Amino acid sequence: MVEPVLSVRGLTVEIPTRHSVLRPVDTVSFDIAAGEILGVVGESGAGKSMTGNAVIGLLDRPAHIAGGEIWLNGERIDQLKGDALRQVRGKHIGMVFQDPLTSLNPLLTIGQQLVETIQVHLDVSGAEAKNRAVNSLNEVGIPAAAERIDAYPHQFSGGMRQRVVIALALCAEPSLIIADEPTTALDVSVQAQIIALLKRLCHERGTAVMLITHDMGVIAEAADRVAVMYAGRMAELGPAREVLTKPAHPYTVGLMGSTPLASAGKERLNQIEGSMPRLDELQPGCAFSPRCPYAQHKCRIEPRPTLEAHEGRAACWLAGEVAE
Amino acid sequence: MLAFTLQRVFQSIVVLLVVGLVAFSMFRFVGDPIDNMLGQERTDADIERLRGELGLDQPFPIQYGKFLKNAVQGNFGISYRQARPVSTILAERAPATLELAAVSGLFAIFFGVGLGVFTAIRRDGFAANAIMTISLLGVSLPTFLIGILLIYVFAVELGWLPSFGRGDTVKIGGWSTGFLTASGLKAIILPAITLGLYQMTLIMRLVRSEMLEVLRADYIRFARARGLKERAINFRHALKNTLVPVITVTGLQLGAIIAFAIITETVFQWPGVGLLFINAIQFVDIPVMAAYLMLISVMFVGINLIVDLLYFSIDPRLRIDRSAAEG
Repeated sequence: MVEPVLSVRGLTVEIPTRHSVLRPVDTVSFDIAAGEILGVVGESGAGKSMTGNAVIGLLDRPAHIAGGEIWLNGERIDQLKGDALRQVRGKHIGMVFQDPLTSLNPLLTIGQQLVETIQVHLDVSGAEAKNRAVNSLNEVGIPAAAERIDAYPHQFSGGMRQRVVIALALCAEPSLIIADEPTTALDVSVQAQIIALLKRLCHERGTAVMLITHDMGVIAEAADRVAVMYAGRMAELGPAREVLTKPAHPYTVGLMGSTPLASAGKERLNQIEGSMPRLDELQPGCAFSPRCPYAQHKCRIEPRPTLEAHEGRAACWLAGEVAE
Repeated sequence: MLAFTLQRVFQSIVVLLVVGLVAFSMFRFVGDPIDNMLGQERTDADIERLRGELGLDQPFPIQYGKFLKNAVQGNFGISYRQARPVSTILAERAPATLELAAVSGLFAIFFGVGLGVFTAIRRDGFAANAIMTISLLGVSLPTFLIGILLIYVFAVELGWLPSFGRGDTVKIGGWSTGFLTASGLKAIILPAITLGLYQMTLIMRLVRSEMLEVLRADYIRFARARGLKERAINFRHALKNTLVPVITVTGLQLGAIIAFAIITETVFQWPGVGLLFINAIQFVDIPVMAAYLMLISVMFVGINLIVDLLYFSIDPRLRIDRSAAEG
């Protein structure tokens, strides 16, 4: 088997509070291969972004990695600090944030921001860096890149700015892109363009992409595999088509039933009763059991099964029975 | 850009006229200059004659109109006390005040921005917390007290620095400078610190809070995610984005430095325009007071104008939006 670009094993993020220790990410494992797009879905607070931030080492204090391992191209990166960590960011992992309007420094031209990123990671001259900057803008589909390189961020539209952000994330040619809700702040018509762009770059360059979103449409459109997160844990992980059409975890079943795209033709959208528990109110047993229509006694008392990267698809005692 | 500048200049002139009017109307309550100018053995006829010569018997609007007419021509009248042209007196005194203000302004900006950035980056460090605590003193102690404390420690007890005056000065053209002599440089240290300390702490606290705000911004996070060096993030990305509000306040504070120089100049007997003004008040020397107030307001208005123009050079969004709006 080909070595995956990113391997996350049992990743746990903790936030110490005055009363207890919260675990926004709890023993999460997954792989992403070169040229593969892994879609990570879940509601707000499910731990999707926290997982992405943990991978790139951008957790805000007091959140920290409390357990598990992160491997990038065969090197362990979760224990890196200082300059070593900085050199991984941007060079080996690129990140795209949700809001292109605020991700770019308003006082620097996009050329300045591209050149500084290229020069901090690659040993090239100023002219060469500028050349590469123009190329990367061309690549993400900015028209007349050579002229627009001296423009400021506010002179671009939202969609164009997100293209610039992607160019910035890609300009040092990282092997992994973490895209944290890259389309949420954009118009629907622009969303499709950005997703198509990410897909194209991923396939052309063989970049691994971790696509964090709560938009099932984006997942269906772009993802090769899907990871469903719930209350900090991995609920289901599998090939996109299977997860979307034959969900194995009761939560994924509920999620699909409440998505217009997946339940096309139905008259009413179903909703999952209740809401995701707060992290400081987690009960023993499966976190989804209070809302789960199939929950049994076992689900409420025994710790839920942990989903390993390759074994099984759903972290549920009843997986397989539910779908029928 | 040009239209904006012209508009601002026009506004500035209106402001100056109003300031002049208010200041001029106040002088009528300061006292009667005639009392000081004529000795004990004066007659009513003398008083009336002098009043007529000085134009003080005329109605207030006419006095103000005459003052304006002369002021526009650079003529601020004759000092009642020194019997010399006010413009000459001000020109003699201005270098002392401007040098003092420049040194304390630089002191305030240099240390204010530096310490502000330091305390923002090391926000949980011991040194940063200590600086923040001490800075409270700088904000809350009145200027004259700081001056007296500094004199006590550095002039009286340690004897390192002079306690008053400007030291030796060198004349270059019409400008007398204390920067070229050792005693002049030594003499400016204590008054400059006294005058600039409040502004320094103000700038420092402002830079700190703005920096903390900016450091939370998405583009700083994105800069981190791109693997930029901490130094580049802090200074190239964060500090520049804090500058617009900082320049606003700093600009106004520079005006305040010149205006508040009155107190520092009194404490240190610094021979500048502030001390001149205090003496003029005691003598009800109306031409000097009027000229001084106009000078201060010209400086305030001028600094404000410069501040507004600086925004354009820092923030590209203003440049573009305005030029687009103008066609």
